[in-house]
Amino acid sequence: MQKKALTGAGASAEAMRQINPDVVAAYPITPQTPIMETFAKFVNDGKVSTELIRVESEHSAMSAVIGASSAGARAMTATSSVGLALMFEVVNAASGMRLPITMPVVNRALSSPINIHCDHSDTMACRDAGWIQLYSENAQEAYDNMFLAQKLSEHPEILLPTMIMQDGFITSHSVEPVEVLDDETAKSFIGSYNPEHSLLLSKKPVTFGALQLFDYFFETKRQQELAMDNVWRFYYSIADELTQLTGRQYPLAEPYHTEDAEVILVALNSAASTIKAVVNKLRKQGKKAGLLKIRLFRPFPYSEVSQHLQKVKSVGVFDRSYSFGANSPLLSEIISSLFGLEQAPKVQGYIFGLGGRDLLEADIEKAFEELFQGKTSFEKKYLGLRG
Amino acid sequence: MKKNWMEIPKGGLIIDSNTSLENKTGDWRSMKPEFIPEKCIHCMKCVFYCPESCIPTTAGDHPKRLETNFEYCKGCGICANVCPKNAIVMKEEEKD
Amino acid sequence: MMNLFDFAKKAHKLLPGHRSCAGCPAPIVARAILSATDDEVVVSNATGCLEVVTTIYPQSSWNIPFIHNTFENAAATISGVETAYRSLKKSGRINQNRKIRFVAFGGDGGTYDIGLQSLSAALERGHTFTYVCYDNEGYMNTGGQRSSATPIGANTTTDPVGEVRVGKQESRKDLMKIVAAHHIPYAAQASLSNWPDLLKKAQKALSTEGPSFLLVLSPCVAVWKIKPDMAVELSRLAVDTCFWPLYEIEDGKFRLNFDPAGNKLPIAEFLKHQGRYKHLLEPKNKKLLDRLQAEVDHEFEKIKKLSEIGISVF
Repeated sequence: MQKKALTGAGASAEAMRQINPDVVAAYPITPQTPIMETFAKFVNDGKVSTELIRVESEHSAMSAVIGASSAGARAMTATSSVGLALMFEVVNAASGMRLPITMPVVNRALSSPINIHCDHSDTMACRDAGWIQLYSENAQEAYDNMFLAQKLSEHPEILLPTMIMQDGFITSHSVEPVEVLDDETAKSFIGSYNPEHSLLLSKKPVTFGALQLFDYFFETKRQQELAMDNVWRFYYSIADELTQLTGRQYPLAEPYHTEDAEVILVALNSAASTIKAVVNKLRKQGKKAGLLKIRLFRPFPYSEVSQHLQKVKSVGVFDRSYSFGANSPLLSEIISSLFGLEQAPKVQGYIFGLGGRDLLEADIEKAFEELFQGKTSFEKKYLGLRG
Repeated sequence: MKKNWMEIPKGGLIIDSNTSLENKTGDWRSMKPEFIPEKCIHCMKCVFYCPESCIPTTAGDHPKRLETNFEYCKGCGICANVCPKNAIVMKEEEKD
Repeated sequence: MMNLFDFAKKAHKLLPGHRSCAGCPAPIVARAILSATDDEVVVSNATGCLEVVTTIYPQSSWNIPFIHNTFENAAATISGVETAYRSLKKSGRINQNRKIRFVAFGGDGGTYDIGLQSLSAALERGHTFTYVCYDNEGYMNTGGQRSSATPIGANTTTDPVGEVRVGKQESRKDLMKIVAAHHIPYAAQASLSNWPDLLKKAQKALSTEGPSFLLVLSPCVAVWKIKPDMAVELSRLAVDTCFWPLYEIEDGKFRLNFDPAGNKLPIAEFLKHQGRYKHLLEPKNKKLLDRLQAEVDHEFEKIKKLSEIGISVF
């Protein structure tokens, strides 16, 4: 193990270097670009054996890595925001064809208005596209999650692509200490990729992407659901293997001071760090505050979340995205987790940080205050909004 | 009987080749090519232009044209159209 | 030079049992071109007639590795496969002496229109692959809507013959020049009717280092409303009326392969067999017919002149 000072983007690129994929498709989009810039330098310096395709759009980035992955190669790309939105057609093709493509996504607001800063509207818009979705609180998790993603995606009982998220700028462009595996350990952890069927390595010719009508489509989609369920089956065996190498734990949902908590906030990515600071402060004041950080968003760990939250008085759910005219994405999952409990805790949904708006400790303290007083409702509440 | 969802390959892949041979398109025909061997000069034009590639030939360096494989022939008539010797004539298909 | 006996002896890559309309030339185009190489071939195919009729699950007519991804990314997809081939060869996962050709098929909708960006980028990146467009001059898999490859005056469902507008008014998009402007080594326009020329061009394309492009007319029985035995004959009439010139653009240099000269037929000889053009032969539409004839002649003259220059124009 070695400690390096890396931005979140640098950490993803470092993991990509160690994974040394056969093919990577690169296309720029703020704030993901530094991942591909760093990786392209590795390519042109001969530090990796990857063949890099400098494509002309995100749609072609995903199309090319689908071609490469179906050919039998380990293939990756990376994107953000409207780039992911442009890819949406082929993002669904990749999971439909059960191709283990891994893709860092640096979260950024969807347009319009155009905004280059962080929120989760882009990956939330893809939450039902059949990809595994891992969210990272910081550069260290962005690094570790890349290895989890590779092993999860390529597991023969799973074979689904994975998105690895980190917050735009907040994580991607901030330098943090990151403990990295040595190259050999990383290499042996992910092993080699040997697909059962592929265009170039299979003995007999294979047809990918055939037309399935009302007679077979339903069956193929049902298989995708089984593959997602298998992520729960095999996740901890893979996570424990990584824990032995790093010493860090990788729960589906990470509890922080939740055992005796009366109020717990639920959040994704970098907001968790700020909330932990507030939890520490409130704990010093004797207040039983806690945080539950969701790491694996798809498939969503309903039972684990419900176990963590069932004993508390009230829960605040922090969404950095919105569903116009409906409960926000994370809020709706939390409500689903708690549904059916005898005394389910009270739940309040908060929307914060859209388009990069800062999440201040004062906002978090206000939320905790209301939740300790049991003030919750079905009304959406906004943190950091003027007016 | 169609396979259930546990039995078909993942991702809608078709992994055993030649599967379309099961689909005998011959029953599409309403017209049928009638081959007149004496006129045929084995120029291979009908073989080249058959959209179903269902006109077999003998092996060897100078293949000879054999009878159309009516399991697949759709009766389009291109073979008759391109034949330089009128060795193929389209006839109404008598449905037995 | 490959002849029809060579063709007849080959094990074909596209098998019987596919569901193309009786008399559809698209499978003839695909099979003829793929027969022009003995290397292994991997095919990507844009959404469209050829793809749909050959891969209705659980039956595939492809006797070679095949991938359909989406409507607009046949070129981007095959460029990913070709890149994987180079990478896996470098890492020793694929045997060094295994020679594989990469071929993308698309209709005119998937190539001139929605797939043009993906094609342009794959050409510009210089992948070694061949893109084959079977051009049936409209969106036929969806029932015959207008594409940028639809010729003037043709009747399509999205630009029909009407009281105030008589079919498509815009000229065909000149895809060959757009493709050649990418400075690729080889691009050629071919017709089924001239099989020696078609096979020669297919051999050249499938042995080119870098990108190559083939544009082949593919008369559509259902939407052009022609008799099912007419696709090859119409391909010949297209050439003999100069509607579909046979030429190559090699390293930017034009070469006209065939000039009907004195035997050139009027465009009506090509149109009269086609239901989509029935209206154009009526006296009231003579102006539009003359405009089409003038444009066909003008385009042919351009190619002839460009071929006489003898130097690269791209």
